[in-house]
Amino acid sequence: MFRVEWIRALRRPRSYVLAGGLIALSVLLVVSVKLSGRSAGPGAPAFLSQVLTNGFFVPLASIAVLQPFFLPLGAGLLSGDSVAGEASAGTLRYLLVRPVGRVRLVLVKYGFVMFSLAFGLVVLMVAGLIGGGLAFGLGPLPSLSGTSLSTADALVRTVLAAGYVLAGVSGIAAIGMLASVLVDSPVGAAIVPVAVAIVSEILDHLDSVHVIHPFLITHQWLAFVDLFRSPVPTTDVVLGLLTFGVYTVVFLGLALWAFVRRDVAS
Amino acid sequence: MTEGAAIRTSGLTKRYGEQAAVDRLDLAVPRGALYGFLGPNGAGKTTLIRMALGLVHPSAGDVEVFGERVTDPVARARALRQCGALVEEPGFWKGLSGRRNLECLARSAGPRDDREARLGRIDDVLHLVGLAAASGKRVKAYSQGMRQRLGIGAALLGSPRLLVLDEPTNGLDPQGMREIRLLLRRLSDEGTTVFVSSHLLWEVEAMCDTVGVLVRGRLVAEGPPSNLRPSGNRFRVQVDDQAAARKVLAGLAGASVDGEPSDGRLVVRLAAPATAGSMNAALVGAGVEVSELVAEHERLEDVFMELVGDAHPDEAPPAEGA
Repeated sequence: MFRVEWIRALRRPRSYVLAGGLIALSVLLVVSVKLSGRSAGPGAPAFLSQVLTNGFFVPLASIAVLQPFFLPLGAGLLSGDSVAGEASAGTLRYLLVRPVGRVRLVLVKYGFVMFSLAFGLVVLMVAGLIGGGLAFGLGPLPSLSGTSLSTADALVRTVLAAGYVLAGVSGIAAIGMLASVLVDSPVGAAIVPVAVAIVSEILDHLDSVHVIHPFLITHQWLAFVDLFRSPVPTTDVVLGLLTFGVYTVVFLGLALWAFVRRDVAS
Repeated sequence: MTEGAAIRTSGLTKRYGEQAAVDRLDLAVPRGALYGFLGPNGAGKTTLIRMALGLVHPSAGDVEVFGERVTDPVARARALRQCGALVEEPGFWKGLSGRRNLECLARSAGPRDDREARLGRIDDVLHLVGLAAASGKRVKAYSQGMRQRLGIGAALLGSPRLLVLDEPTNGLDPQGMREIRLLLRRLSDEGTTVFVSSHLLWEVEAMCDTVGVLVRGRLVAEGPPSNLRPSGNRFRVQVDDQAAARKVLAGLAGASVDGEPSDGRLVVRLAAPATAGSMNAALVGAGVEVSELVAEHERLEDVFMELVGDAHPDEAPPAEGA
């Protein structure tokens, strides 16, 4: 089943458009900074202002640019489309009659959504490291605490940051799965997780509701920046992973519960 | 033929709100049968098929396929592995070729040997449904008839012991319809149980051993097509003198003449003890010349319309091809 997902993804133009877009983002970042000699003013996403000094900042800045909007959008679109897309294409009933078990179908679909997002992040990192390395060189990275991180250490932390950001959208994708098993329209299903992410980010900026901030799915999204301090303050990162885990387990559980009981009339 | 039914339902019910789409249905499709399933739109045919395949959960009652309870997920998987199905329209990944679609379906589930067996049958199946030449084209570019053929091919991929087909000849030209009928007949002769729904009465009549008629979620008639048509009791009689003939027939026990002649011929209904022979002898004996005496078979369509009755009290009858 996972292999079938892979075969189909390889034959979809959208896969290549997305991968191309991610590479283009890195290239754009490198070329614009290199040509202008200036990176960004204050208030720009994390790491963007330091791109000029070290190639490592290219993938990091790319992640920081992608993370608040495009990553949750991608997670929402892919997860929302996963089951509802099969329903609207008329293939869902044939998969179930094949028979693919309902639990397995949801878990494999979710797994492939996360795999696709991870794949996208890998493309982004590799493109960023190559582009940034060629343009600005890869050297020891100054940490946000003022110390210096060795090249190897910097690489490990960059990968961890990508992993953390990926974990950050695992809950969004789980919400997308729940929406996807409940409706037959892929667009409708994709709107739900994206809306949840946006609303959560808005609430996170409203001081009046600060008591609920720690429970918001987006609240710890930026904690990946902590990975570039020395020593790493782990509180927020651990809290973040815990929040993402709870959201994922709850909503994936609900998706399974709902799908097993549901009448498939599509 | 083996013992036990291929599909058996007992008290099977599916309610959507107040309305029962399938209502306490007891049905047994014997193994090896070519079972045709008739009913007006909205009679519950598709709901029944979806329940038999585990897509829709019954509100009450039971449905078994090869003795496996479909409501139990583990038993359902065992049952479905022996089934091939076409549920309403065929569904495909339109960006993939016909062959790739079959490959993906084959790979998507089941133990390794089952997957391998299905992959190995792709060429045979494409050939069987007449798509060998078009197998490399994307399904996007297929005509409706080609999609229908591919759907039937997909259902045949696992060499199923039970084929469940919802309107299999939909969108096919007469030649294609005939091919599919012959194919189903052959599969049935080879021992496959075929459960087929159709709105084409003549098709079911020409093809099936047994016909079931579903109206408002209930089975209102079941039997061989010839039994469903109570034929042989209506005759059209051409005589030289209708007035004399009517007088003779009025005196013949069991015979009754319809008020209106048809095509200038008398329409006579016969019941025991009257037979065609005794009627003829009586007419000729009374000096009436009989030049033609034809038994009139009721068409399945008439029987069907009678059974369905006012299933659509305030709607037009179901359109052909709908």
